[in-house]
Amino acid sequence: MNVSVDQDKCCGAGTCVLLAPDVFDQRDEDGIVVLLDERPPGDLHETVREAASVCPGVAITVGS
Amino acid sequence: MTIETAEYPAPRADRCPFDPPPAMQELRERTPLARVRLWDGSTPWLVTRFADQKALLSDPRVSADVTRPGYPSPAPVRGGSISFILMDDPEHARLRRMVTAPFAIKKVAAMQPGVQKIVDDLIDEMLAGPNPVDLVEAFALPVPSLVICQLLGVPYADHDFFQKNSKVIINRNATPEDREQALGRLFAYLDGLIGEKIASPGDDLLSGLTSRIAAGELTRADAAQMGVLMLIAGHETTANMIALGTATLLEHPDQLALLRDADETLVASAVEELLRYLHITHNGRRRVALEDIEIADEVIRAGEGIILANDIANRDPAAFTDPDRLDLRRSARHHVAFGFGVHQCLGQPLARMELQVVYGTLYRRIPTLRLATTIDEIPFKHDGSVYGVYELPVTW
Repeated sequence: MNVSVDQDKCCGAGTCVLLAPDVFDQRDEDGIVVLLDERPPGDLHETVREAASVCPGVAITVGS
Repeated sequence: MTIETAEYPAPRADRCPFDPPPAMQELRERTPLARVRLWDGSTPWLVTRFADQKALLSDPRVSADVTRPGYPSPAPVRGGSISFILMDDPEHARLRRMVTAPFAIKKVAAMQPGVQKIVDDLIDEMLAGPNPVDLVEAFALPVPSLVICQLLGVPYADHDFFQKNSKVIINRNATPEDREQALGRLFAYLDGLIGEKIASPGDDLLSGLTSRIAAGELTRADAAQMGVLMLIAGHETTANMIALGTATLLEHPDQLALLRDADETLVASAVEELLRYLHITHNGRRRVALEDIEIADEVIRAGEGIILANDIANRDPAAFTDPDRLDLRRSARHHVAFGFGVHQCLGQPLARMELQVVYGTLYRRIPTLRLATTIDEIPFKHDGSVYGVYELPVTW
């Protein structure tokens, strides 16, 4: 799994960090997404897909 | 397709205070898109289903700009400073990002012990005070008010003043004049506080905004406007979820029993389910089309108003199995109670944490909590743009 984020689209709602804190974090100054792990391990794939689907800014892209 | 134009917002059924209006639920079953009639006679589109609502709320051809012709306003539009929640990107994003930092997940998690203490102290006071008591006054309003005051840097001693004015602003039956005056009073109050923060800044959100003002990135009026928004949104919504959520649970004793000895995971899922089931911001998200948008064999024309009725989307059987049943154990995390798209609720991590502490503590500490009246005697906020109860007399 390949994960990428678009910081311009992110609105800082934090839903991804809540679901997958090992994969996503937020910048201190404005809460905008920071990607911690571009290739998360298999046991996190389902959660990362959920994070992408609930991301309000549609800022997370998941590739195979 | 012949569907008559329904009045919007529609009334709830007398006997079902926790369910969306039956006319709207029926509309969702019959059609994905319908015309509705608003207070001013205008007939924007109502989008009824979960998937279409999510798609449109994140569609760049849809605008949240209140000044655009065709915008389906819930009340007469006033002049003056406009909140960033009624603007489009890039200006919306620029302003929103000035206030997102304190609501980041880690910052909110750090606030959790303080919120737990607030909740425990208020329960101690309740148990030592008169019985029965109004849960709204004694608990539901003070919890989020104390928390948002601390975060913004607003003195809690002024809570009567800001709670009273907020109540007028979000009452959809208030006259435009009354609403205008209440907004004016809150605006002047926040402007005064910002003046004080400029003179002696503290470690709070309003003080943070003063450095933006000094840098020329924000006008003082915009800063005061943001303060008004966050003060109202920060206490009214969560207070209603606490009191209405409690009323709901007391009417669903099997679900309440689950919560009394729930672990963290179940408490978290209970919060999501109650957010979904109750959906208190029941006036619909308002937008206007920037281009022609095809949806379900119809075309929403550029310039036409769109209302996304998130309350009925949260009861859409295509998104939630057996949607009209309250089930604290279900996975409801994909609900749209906070909206969707770039305007999704800014304070949601804080709201979630507060509700987790409250639902995880109140019924465990007062296991015999019950209504001190009957459910049909409870005054529900049918006239509020945020739904809830005006009073909740409880005993134990």
